[in-house]
Amino acid sequence: MAFDEMHTEGGAVRSAYAGVASWLETVSADQLARRRAEAELLYRRGGITFSVYGDTQGGERIIPHDLLPRILSAAEWSRLAAGLEQRVRALNMYLTDIYGPQETLKAGIVPPDLVWRNPAFRPEMMGFKVPHGIYVHIAGIDVVRVDGDDFYVLEDNARTPSGVSYMLGGREISMRLMPDLLASHRVAPIENYPNELLAVLCSVAPRDRSEPTVVLLTPGQFNSAYYEHSYLADRMGVEPVEGRDLFVQNDVVFMRTTKGPRRVDVIYRRIDDDFLDSLVFRPDSLLGVPGLFAAYTAGNVTLANALGTGVADDKDIYSYMPEITRFLLGEEPILKNVPTWRCREPEALAYVCEHLPELVVKRVDGSGGYGMLVGPHATVAERAAFKVMLQANPERYIAQPTLALSTCPTFVESGVAPRHVDLRPFVLTGRHGVRIVPGGLTRVALRENSLVVNSSQGGGTKDTWVVER
Amino acid sequence: MRIAIQHRTQYSYDTPARSIIQMLRLTPRSHEGQTVHRWHVEVDQDADLRAGEDAFGNIMHVLSLPGPVDSLTLSLHGEVETAGADGIVRGTVERFPPRLFLRETPLTGVNPDLRAYADAVVRGATGTLDRLHALMNAIRADIAFDTSPTNVTTTAAEAFTLKRGVCQDLTHVFIACARDAGIPARYIGGHLYRSDGAILQEAGHAWAEAYVEELGWVGFDPANGVCVTDSYVRVSAGLDYLGAAPVRGTRMGGTSERMSVDVRVNQASFQSQS
Amino acid sequence: MSSLPSTHASEGNEWESALASAGCLDLFRQHHAEATAESVTRFLAFSEHNPSSIRQCLETARFNARAVRTALTVEMWETINGAWLEIQDSKPHALPFIDIPRFLDWVKEVSLRFDGSGYRTMLRNDAFYFSRLGIYLERADATARILDVKFHFLLPATSPVGGGVDYAQWSAILRAVSAAASYHWVYRESLKPWLIADLLILKEEMPRSLAACYANIITNLDHLAAAGGRQGAAQRRAHALYRKLRSENIAQIFQSGLHEFINGFIADNDGVNAAVVEQYLS
Repeated sequence: MAFDEMHTEGGAVRSAYAGVASWLETVSADQLARRRAEAELLYRRGGITFSVYGDTQGGERIIPHDLLPRILSAAEWSRLAAGLEQRVRALNMYLTDIYGPQETLKAGIVPPDLVWRNPAFRPEMMGFKVPHGIYVHIAGIDVVRVDGDDFYVLEDNARTPSGVSYMLGGREISMRLMPDLLASHRVAPIENYPNELLAVLCSVAPRDRSEPTVVLLTPGQFNSAYYEHSYLADRMGVEPVEGRDLFVQNDVVFMRTTKGPRRVDVIYRRIDDDFLDSLVFRPDSLLGVPGLFAAYTAGNVTLANALGTGVADDKDIYSYMPEITRFLLGEEPILKNVPTWRCREPEALAYVCEHLPELVVKRVDGSGGYGMLVGPHATVAERAAFKVMLQANPERYIAQPTLALSTCPTFVESGVAPRHVDLRPFVLTGRHGVRIVPGGLTRVALRENSLVVNSSQGGGTKDTWVVER
Repeated sequence: MRIAIQHRTQYSYDTPARSIIQMLRLTPRSHEGQTVHRWHVEVDQDADLRAGEDAFGNIMHVLSLPGPVDSLTLSLHGEVETAGADGIVRGTVERFPPRLFLRETPLTGVNPDLRAYADAVVRGATGTLDRLHALMNAIRADIAFDTSPTNVTTTAAEAFTLKRGVCQDLTHVFIACARDAGIPARYIGGHLYRSDGAILQEAGHAWAEAYVEELGWVGFDPANGVCVTDSYVRVSAGLDYLGAAPVRGTRMGGTSERMSVDVRVNQASFQSQS
Repeated sequence: MSSLPSTHASEGNEWESALASAGCLDLFRQHHAEATAESVTRFLAFSEHNPSSIRQCLETARFNARAVRTALTVEMWETINGAWLEIQDSKPHALPFIDIPRFLDWVKEVSLRFDGSGYRTMLRNDAFYFSRLGIYLERADATARILDVKFHFLLPATSPVGGGVDYAQWSAILRAVSAAASYHWVYRESLKPWLIADLLILKEEMPRSLAACYANIITNLDHLAAAGGRQGAAQRRAHALYRKLRSENIAQIFQSGLHEFINGFIADNDGVNAAVVEQYLS
């Protein structure tokens, strides 16, 4: 049985959910349905959409939003926050080490090929000292619960994590459509996230200027996360730019404006490494800025996140994070890791092949719920087909036990019922330390029994309330 | 051997480019068996030219011209003293351990055909060095030198399917096969003094280096079927052509770019001394 | 045109004049044999072949708005996005002909709401000045084209001046530019072609007249010049055109030819537009 965040095994309501339970008694299913329709209208009118890969221009969809909040007590949150802070510190330390002295390789903590042959490793970053020693300014750490005690990290996202606009949008929906319930709780605010983000970006500017020029670099409106890019730029009050709006002259980045060129200090980039600079990376990329990398390594502009952070967040490296944390920080990891079989190890591969029906198998470099097998929910034929791919390229896969993700009450066709959830808190790291707005994006698998929460696979979102006592 | 090199690239445009930015890997470094006596980079327009070094230790210049630019000539000339060392390359700048050069890149990936080919070629050979020689000879025999069907974006697998290509393609095939066989290999851009007296060349030359445990890096030229000698001037090294390319650049605006390249490689003693 | 009482509409070429005014007569002929009230109205309102049909304009506007989402306020964006969604959902191109005026009223409301929310909610910075500049440049062009086509096609009409058709047509023009009441406040006379021209060309108190548009154009260009600290060809050309409008009177214009005057104006206005693009946006 999955851990139910609202009810105890005996069926009693847990104290954090007492307010929700009594509120639910006062509203009818009809009223809830009306509010949900209203929420959908707000999302549609606001153009709060994402594009599905493979769809063309018309493929804008909204992510279903569930009105019932997911509630964490302040005590639960402070434990989680401490773990997140430590995790992101470890990620940054690891990247500093990999692109620097490589003590983790020398000490045998991490097999060297996970660095040298990792497609996300950027040899071009070797030896370059990133501004203020920070690689991952914005991290999204996916965590899940399987019981009342522990949070497990499911995945680190250290490249260009998205979803924060849905976290903020969910709170706006709660304020507009659930004011009664919201008012009856003391919910920790998250609305200041854009300010925190801007403060972090300003703090890592290469030049000491009181008001550095920050821009948000987007691939443009066909990107699946374009809504988020424009939303964040708007809320921070910085220019959203595409590659063609920037140019490099003499190792300095400038933005074209109607008032002439303006020097750029910090680029919050939402473009993948490969596309950032056609002179260094993919030569066919039209999305980036030719010469940007030279400007970056000359120390004239800061990129957030840094390049090459993917070497720290793939699912293979993930399995080494507890040891990395002990080795580099000298601390015991606060958040747990899900036990992981590395299929490139022959014994592990043999075990995984034998136990496919119980396991979740994921591509090392996969994301978004693509290219994974959920053993217990797959057909015999699906498992057989997957096994062929797995055995052909075992180094591309890892496997984990199928976790019984915790559930939260969710409004579905049959009424209010438990559905599996995860949580992506966003962790900001600037010159003055780590900042985490309380909560994060709760993703919910709307289909009964489904464990896949990804928006591309039928997942929805929920507002996450950290309730202060 | 003392080798004199002149390298000139000319660009012109029908309507001027608004700006040009280029990354140049055109300047050789000295190492054992290669001493750079003098080397000059000249641009015929007002430009920013900043020298630096890339992650692999290549000397790199970033050239930026604010424009408008209707023509640009980039000239290099210099003299390099070389000494043969049986193909073994020592004393180069090494920023990475050899196993980095097992990385697959988009240009040097293998497909099943190429993998089968590589397996068949190296199967009979014993020892890393023998396998590399077998590979070099097989590629030289099986892939015809032909400038027409390939370009700078052609991958190793594509060139192998065509069975044709230029030195760049043969080098990519060699690298792809070597890496697939577990031998670190890398791409080298440079110049070749041709014993047949062809001083004027249309482009630079390219070959590979592979890592042999007991010897270190060894240069293999699959286009000519030899290990490198004192006729080779080594300029840049990378995982593939893109990492070692002499020029990677782009321009804003400007139409109908015309480019001509003129490379002269000669023995220095043949030139008039002043 | 669709506001013209159908019993008073004369044959055929009025509808072609509407197409000419919108600059899409040739395009229409590629797709339709006959210019009837319905075929022209549908072509101008819904045709996918016509990039300036209302439906295509809304499609483009929404696409562009999304691309510059941060330059718009929430209210402006939601107006455009809401209208776009409405068209997606309600499929107005399937409406019976008789219901099209209701659709047109809705379109006017959407434009007014967009314009109004921009005016009320935008920060007074470059983005605002540019949006206003664009509105007035397009508005001046549209006013000039409406005037040209009406006078070109209607004035030499065979019906006697002052006759029933004539009156209905002049009154239709005024209603098309939402100026029916204003005319009477300004002139306190029955409809006279030269007074209508005077109102739509030279009267600065008439907000869509060429003179009023140019008063706004130079104001916004001056704001931009002040913000950027530099003047250029855009300012010079716009000021020159405004001075020219201020120095004209309607008798002179009619004497030397209204059509020639308007053609000249459209070309000058295009010139200002090109200067703005060159100076600021390239």
